[in-house]
Amino acid sequence: MFISSQNSAPSFKDFTLVMPAVAVGNVGQLAVDLIVSTLNMSRVGYIHTDCLIPMTGNNPYATCKEDAEELHTPAEVYTAAELKMAVLQIRAPIIQTKSKKFRQLLVSWIKASGFSRTVVLSSSHAYQRDDQQLQGTPLRYLVTPSLLKVSADALKELGWKEMERVSAFPGLTDANTEPRLYIPGGGITKGLYTDSCAEDLPLAVLLLFCSEGDNIPDAFTLVNHLNNWLHLLENPSQKPNKWKIPTSWSLLFGSGIPPALF
Amino acid sequence: MATFFGEVLSVYSRAVDEDEEELDENEEDEEIRRELEEKREVNLHWSPEVSESLKSGNKLQCSDFILAVGHNAARFLSVYVLTSENWDAVGHASVWNERSRAATGITSEEETACVFYRKKDNPSVLICQVTCYIAEDQLFQWTEKVFDCLQHRELNVTVLSDSSVAEYKTADYLCYSSAPFLRSLHTGAFSGQPVCQSLEQPNIVTGLPAAVLNHCEVHRIATVVYQCYSDVTGPDSVTMETYKPALTKLSKSIQLDPAPSTDVLRKFVRTTNIQSNLYI
Repeated sequence: MFISSQNSAPSFKDFTLVMPAVAVGNVGQLAVDLIVSTLNMSRVGYIHTDCLIPMTGNNPYATCKEDAEELHTPAEVYTAAELKMAVLQIRAPIIQTKSKKFRQLLVSWIKASGFSRTVVLSSSHAYQRDDQQLQGTPLRYLVTPSLLKVSADALKELGWKEMERVSAFPGLTDANTEPRLYIPGGGITKGLYTDSCAEDLPLAVLLLFCSEGDNIPDAFTLVNHLNNWLHLLENPSQKPNKWKIPTSWSLLFGSGIPPALF
Repeated sequence: MATFFGEVLSVYSRAVDEDEEELDENEEDEEIRRELEEKREVNLHWSPEVSESLKSGNKLQCSDFILAVGHNAARFLSVYVLTSENWDAVGHASVWNERSRAATGITSEEETACVFYRKKDNPSVLICQVTCYIAEDQLFQWTEKVFDCLQHRELNVTVLSDSSVAEYKTADYLCYSSAPFLRSLHTGAFSGQPVCQSLEQPNIVTGLPAAVLNHCEVHRIATVVYQCYSDVTGPDSVTMETYKPALTKLSKSIQLDPAPSTDVLRKFVRTTNIQSNLYI
């Protein structure tokens, strides 16, 4: 459940919520890291739950010595009030047997908080794409009927590609198998989307086809794509957006190597 | 995924597991799942005296709670603190998971894997030694159940935790020669001064110390974790001694023995026997 880190509970009414799904390449989470770090968002509370594997560490967005020693938990909420934006960052895997419970927790929190819309940043296994999906952009979107009512025009203008429904058994031309939504490697993305449709929540999913590896470029792709819609960073010139990489992104592939090894 | 040699390999993600789809379970599956969940529940067993004081929703008065996670941390407390015989064993936690040794009924092994001690002349000081493996899905439960028994006002928690230096990420590879060393993490409510450097980015703490820190941060309990990075995985007196500065502030209330006798040390630090002479 949500616990405020300040003396009073923050208000999220009419805010936009951006959150990641723990998915292949951790792309959503990396993208959210960039948003929090660049917009200098402040933490307003924690999601304290038994559904995530416990982990903890010092401030991953530390900019100076003074704020370096602030303890952070696996799921926290940050806000940028002037942009009417809130961000939920999830830093740990979801315990397998608690996936449904976690989705329900999120849906009820989103409902209770009064967010005007929620955007889920996610990813899916690139190797599972079918022939059609191999061509063109690796970015896809999904939107619940509730959000489609308000954002249909904006989405049309952006010219984004909607996530295709694929047949359950590719190659088998069986009249019984309806094409269905399939997001392999997307974690709770599909479940969260279908739950939100059922609960009539305004929710959008932005996902990227990718593989495990150095997913930093994927994170930049996804966050720039999001920026085209939400305009988090105003960029009058055509130069690339300046996203700030947090200090926690250092040594992603291990410690320093002794030169004597070679 | 197809490789250049034409074989098809399964691709594993570090972030998600396969089979996120929920399969329809029949009643038998559900019952098996329920029974498994029950078996995996963390149960606290207190002494009759403590159970009595916990009746009707009362909490234990506690000013200092010291938790040792890992063999060297637990042995440090055994050697430097618990040998003074001023401590009563007041309870233990039973935790079953896939790494527990198969046992029929409760064995002494299980009873000694997670024990609570209380100081005889100062019952508000509590120590707990955890040497068993607590699975990821049990960590939250263990923490909630234990802290539910303790009153939170003016509670100070100190956690000592073993870790391997291989888990420590640093740009400076020479750091490994200075093992064992301590690093600290503390909650916002902690107002003291940690006795060592704070854990630098991008390092994190996981497991029971993390679960305790998460709980205490959210509930605003003053807590500090001292993680000892050591290059020795077995019992080691040098690693144990590294924890000494962590308890200096509490030395009076817990009666820390600054220089335990070699007899006591020998009892707790058994050198690993040579298993096989094949590779001397």
